[in-house]
Amino acid sequence: METSATLTQPVSARDHAEGPADAPLTLVEYGDYQCPYCGSAYPVVKRLQKTLGNKLRFVFRNFPLTQAHPYALVAAEAAEAAALQGKFWEMHDLLYEQQTFLEPEIIPLWAESIGLDLERFGNDIRQGIVATGINEDRQSGIRSGVNGTPGYDSLLTALESELALRSV
Amino acid sequence: MGIGSIPHYRKEYQMTALQPGVQAPDFFLASTPDQKVSLSDFRGQPVVLVFYPADWSPVCSDQLALYNELMPEFSEFEAEIIGISVDGVWCHLAFSKDRKLHIPLLADFEPKGAVARQYGVYREKDGESERALFVIDAEGVIRWSHVSPVGINPGADGILKALEAMAKGEKPAGV
Repeated sequence: METSATLTQPVSARDHAEGPADAPLTLVEYGDYQCPYCGSAYPVVKRLQKTLGNKLRFVFRNFPLTQAHPYALVAAEAAEAAALQGKFWEMHDLLYEQQTFLEPEIIPLWAESIGLDLERFGNDIRQGIVATGINEDRQSGIRSGVNGTPGYDSLLTALESELALRSV
Repeated sequence: MGIGSIPHYRKEYQMTALQPGVQAPDFFLASTPDQKVSLSDFRGQPVVLVFYPADWSPVCSDQLALYNELMPEFSEFEAEIIGISVDGVWCHLAFSKDRKLHIPLLADFEPKGAVARQYGVYREKDGESERALFVIDAEGVIRWSHVSPVGINPGADGILKALEAMAKGEKPAGV
C-alpha cells in the first residue's frame, strides 16, 4: 500500500504516544480496533518498537470505519475512556490482542481486568466525553489523506527494511 | 490507442480524463434492477463521481468503504456521491449489501464502459474503468478530476478540498 499522505495535524501532547518526543522517527497510525488489517499490523508495530527502542515514537489515532465495523466505535471509546484513567496503552493492546473476541458485552470485563474504575469508565463514555477526541482524530485523518486502515504516515514494511539498511 | 497500452504513464492517463471546466457528460444508468439514474437528476447540487474498476476489492482499504464512512462530511456540502463500475446491477446489489454501502452504485454495463469512455477513464485493455474521481458543480460542470493508479485508493482529501473551493465560490478552472 503506497500513500503520499501528509500529516495535517502534528503530533502534540493530546496524542497517545509511546517513545520519546525527540525520537528520530515517528510512526502515526490511524487505526480501527475491529479492522483485521490493523490487527495484523499490531504485532509488527510491537516488533518495530522492540527493535528501534528509543529511536521510534509510535502514535495511535482513531479512525473507526463505523459503517464497515459495527464495534469499532465502542472499542475506540473504551480505549479513550481508559486513557482518561491513565491506561490507554493497556486497553489499546488488549483490544488488538483479543480482537477476535471484540464485542460490546466484553468491554466492561476488559476494563475491569486492567483495573479501571468501572463507574467512571461507563460515565465518561455515556456522557460523550470521549467522542470529541475520536472525531478530531477522524477529521485530521481525512485531511491527512488517510484512505483506509491502518493509515500510516510512513510505510510500515518499507520503513522496516529501510531502517535495516541504514542501521538506524 | 497507444495510451491505453502503456499503463505506467499515469500522466498521460490523467490527460485523457475530462478536465475541469468541461461540462460533465450526462448518462442514464441502472442503479438497481428496476431504477435508472441520470447525472442531470442532480442538477442543483454538487456531485462526486467515483469511477472504480470493480466490486469486491479488499475490505478495509476499500475506497468505497471510506466514502461510505464520510457521508456526513459530504452531506455538509449537499454533495451526492455516486459510484460507477462496469459491474452489473445484481453484482452491485450484492456488494452494496455485503459492505453496508449507502452510496448508489451505477452499472456502466451495456454498452460496456460507455460512460467511462465519455469521461476519458476507460481502460480498454482491462475492460474496466480507471480509479477516477470527478467533482461536478450544481450546473453540471466538472470542477476537479483525478485519476489514481488502479492499486491506490486516492482517499477523500482531494474531493473535500474541491468541494470546499466550490462552496467558497472560487471560479472553475478553464472558465
